[in-house]
Amino acid sequence: MTITTAHYLVLSALLFSISVAGIFLNRKNVILLLMCIELMLLAVNFNFVAFSRMLGDATGQVFVFFILTVAAAEAAIGLAILVVLFRNTRSLNVDDLDKLKG
Amino acid sequence: MGNLYLAVVLAPLVAAIVAGLFGRRIGRAGAHWVTIAGVTVSFVLSLIALNDLVFGGGETYNATVYRWASMGGMYFEVGFLVDRLTVLMMTVVTFVSLCVHVYTIGYMHDDDGYQRFFSYISLFTFAMLMLVMSNNFLQLFFGWEAVGVVSYLLIGFWYKRPTAIFANLKAFLVNRVGDFGFILGIAALAMATGTLDYALTFADAERLSGLAIEIFSGTQWSLLTVACICLFVGAMGKSAQVPLHVWLPDSMEGPTPISALIHAATMVTAGIFMVARMSPLFELSQTALSVVLVIGAITAFVTGLLGLVQQDIKRVIAYSTLSQLGYMTVALGASAYAAGIFHLMTHAFFKALLFLAAGSVIIAMHHEQDIRKMGGLRKYLPITYWTSVVGTLALIGFPGFSGFFSKDALIEAVHASTTPGHALAYWAVLLGVFVTSLYSFRLLFVVFHGEERMDHHTKEHLHETPWVVTGPLIALAIPSVVIGWLTIGPVLFGGYFDGAIVNLEGQNPLEVVGEEFHGPAAFVQHAFGGMAVYLAAAGALVAWFLYLKRPDLPARLMGTFGALYGLLANKYYFDWFNENVVARAARGLGFGLWKVGDETLIDGAVVNGSARAVGLIAALARGLQSGYLYHYAFAMIVGLAALVGWLVYRP
Amino acid sequence: MLITGVLFYVFAAVLAVAALGVITSRNPVHSALFLVLAFVQSALLWLLIEAEFLAIVLVLVYVGAVMVLFLFVVMMLDINVEEIRKGFTRYLPVGAAVALIVVFEIGHVIWFRSQGLQFLMPPQGQPADYSNTKELGAVLYTEHVYAFEIASVILLLAIVAAITLTMRKRPGHKVQDVVKQVAVRREDRVRIVKVEPSRES
Repeated sequence: MTITTAHYLVLSALLFSISVAGIFLNRKNVILLLMCIELMLLAVNFNFVAFSRMLGDATGQVFVFFILTVAAAEAAIGLAILVVLFRNTRSLNVDDLDKLKG
Repeated sequence: MGNLYLAVVLAPLVAAIVAGLFGRRIGRAGAHWVTIAGVTVSFVLSLIALNDLVFGGGETYNATVYRWASMGGMYFEVGFLVDRLTVLMMTVVTFVSLCVHVYTIGYMHDDDGYQRFFSYISLFTFAMLMLVMSNNFLQLFFGWEAVGVVSYLLIGFWYKRPTAIFANLKAFLVNRVGDFGFILGIAALAMATGTLDYALTFADAERLSGLAIEIFSGTQWSLLTVACICLFVGAMGKSAQVPLHVWLPDSMEGPTPISALIHAATMVTAGIFMVARMSPLFELSQTALSVVLVIGAITAFVTGLLGLVQQDIKRVIAYSTLSQLGYMTVALGASAYAAGIFHLMTHAFFKALLFLAAGSVIIAMHHEQDIRKMGGLRKYLPITYWTSVVGTLALIGFPGFSGFFSKDALIEAVHASTTPGHALAYWAVLLGVFVTSLYSFRLLFVVFHGEERMDHHTKEHLHETPWVVTGPLIALAIPSVVIGWLTIGPVLFGGYFDGAIVNLEGQNPLEVVGEEFHGPAAFVQHAFGGMAVYLAAAGALVAWFLYLKRPDLPARLMGTFGALYGLLANKYYFDWFNENVVARAARGLGFGLWKVGDETLIDGAVVNGSARAVGLIAALARGLQSGYLYHYAFAMIVGLAALVGWLVYRP
Repeated sequence: MLITGVLFYVFAAVLAVAALGVITSRNPVHSALFLVLAFVQSALLWLLIEAEFLAIVLVLVYVGAVMVLFLFVVMMLDINVEEIRKGFTRYLPVGAAVALIVVFEIGHVIWFRSQGLQFLMPPQGQPADYSNTKELGAVLYTEHVYAFEIASVILLLAIVAAITLTMRKRPGHKVQDVVKQVAVRREDRVRIVKVEPSRES
């Protein structure tokens, strides 16, 4: 069975939807939220790499490079926020973060 | 001459403004002097104009003073048309107004609103002059409305009295009904001719008589008939014809000077004047003339009967006015316009005289108005008595007095008329002579003769009223005697109104009557061959019998003819109908519109409802803002799925 | 090639399982470890596609740094494990349904609606002396150098932000306020005093 780009794309879609489900289903743990975001970024990276290979253009892979950078930065800051949040509220319950309620 | 006419109109206006706005500063004397000066100026200038037009062979003046606006081809202007009809009216109005101004000094002497009253009657003079001197329908309407407003203000002059407020509102509302018809008439004419100017409209009359108007789809009516009838509805309101007569008796709530000025001599005659002015149009519509004739006849007879059962001195004279207005209308309907105007002129003098005399009695009796509490006053108020006698004789048409000439000429003209319904009208006006004589002499005998029924205290204070009151009485008595004799020839049969009043060939009863006219003395002699004089005498005799010879009889008659008396005492239930049916329906409609239309529909559904709807939608939308991040992310994903699904799977 | 296909399916399966494990684990440490597994699998998959530089970078940066950071935080914070799992099963049907819909749609588009696009990988791999790193480097420092610089700024930003957010001031801690030092005026430090000489000069 020849592996085509389509396979990679479907795999990336699968990863993406699993992470979305994870965000929606997870009500209690903020860390899990961040991990699901990482999974989403991974799914996007898959897409980029697959298309880069298909089209023979290295730009896709360069972009993955940058996504990696940003993801790392964002993970760091996200965890910093999480630490501060934990210091103040003593819990990591997502349900408690509803200050944006209309 | 243009400036002269402008001065005639503006002098009373300026006086009114000064007395009205600066009344407190100039004091009572200042107020009455400035207004009397204004009206005197108008009167003198009117006499000059009269002299010029009648004796000096002057030309009719028709010019625009000020063009206010122009829309399309229609001009809204202020202009004056001064021909002999106008100048007659001007003279009458200013003369009576001047008499009333002087009289008011005495009558309103103790009143707080002294300056206000003078301001109002001057303002009235201005409005009436604008009306009669107008050369276009717009100014006519302005004058019409303005006299209505001033009448409202004056009837309710003692505004703290609830009856006065009821009366002034009634007058205004009934007038409004008439004005509605009036403006429809003006609109119909303006629509057909494209102009508001009299001269242009009258020049177009022939063409107009052929036009048809379709109000209800399918039925075509003659435009001129419709317009003339609508104009007459306005006249019905202003000149108190049945059924729009109900306001005039109530208007007696106002002070007596204005009853004399407005509701006897001038404002109520505006309708008569208007129809006479529109004679070029009315002549071309037999239907309209017939309507005028029949309504006038009904008014003349029916309201006269009501005068027989009134107990208030002013009410008797009020119903007399209504009846005489009916006479004038009958004359107009019979195409005898000149006779109508002539009777208007004589009536202005003797009716104003009668009202002012009544006022004099009221002052002497310390504002007692019930005739049952009077009696034998001729000993105490000689001048008032004798001037009242003159007025009464003029009113009943005693040969030689002014009222005789105008009334008899009128009756003969109706007899010679060709308008459909003239037979009914003839009998109405003829029998009306008997009724007029009966109530007039009833009043005279009950008030001035017979046993004295006033209380002791009042009797002690009875004395003749001051010269400011009796002076005008004498001033008005003189024309009441002589003006008929002097002017009947030239005015009625001498082509006085040529150019102003138009009669069609074969539709000129005055011409027919004129063939028999050989001067006033011959006219007097000729009258003894007719029925009117004898009917008047009969009326006087019956009154003498009932009120002087056998004063117990009226009460017994009242008992026997209880139902008839009830009908008359309740004024044919017109007031009951208006108050309980018409007014109640209108109030009910207003209430319904308020409760349902305004509160429920507009406030509830539209105004508050839209606010509530916004609130509801906002509450729903607010549910989506849970504050939880994962809800928002999920919403995004769901949106993405939906969008992709629509893109992929759309047909 | 057959072996490539088998390897792909194996790696893909493990990746999927690892992802599911991330979201369904009770223990957050387990979730983190499952995530590590997922990253490693993706690195392997990318190796199959001959994007070796990125695969190694993924392992080095993501697994080596980011996931370690995650584990630090997870283990540092005192989490009540019991409470965490409430509410999961109630929303499972909806979440699963939406996820499946997304997958289905994308799959449908890719497999049945992509007309004419070349979806086949090139049959043979790159030549033997193909260096992915070299290819990337050639592009990165020439065409995308601007983005490269910005990426470095973003990293700087991350450091500064993380420190700023979590820094605590301890009481009694002496520190210099540079702003006050620089803003000092002569009048605050120097005062000229007239001093009378104690004896005649």
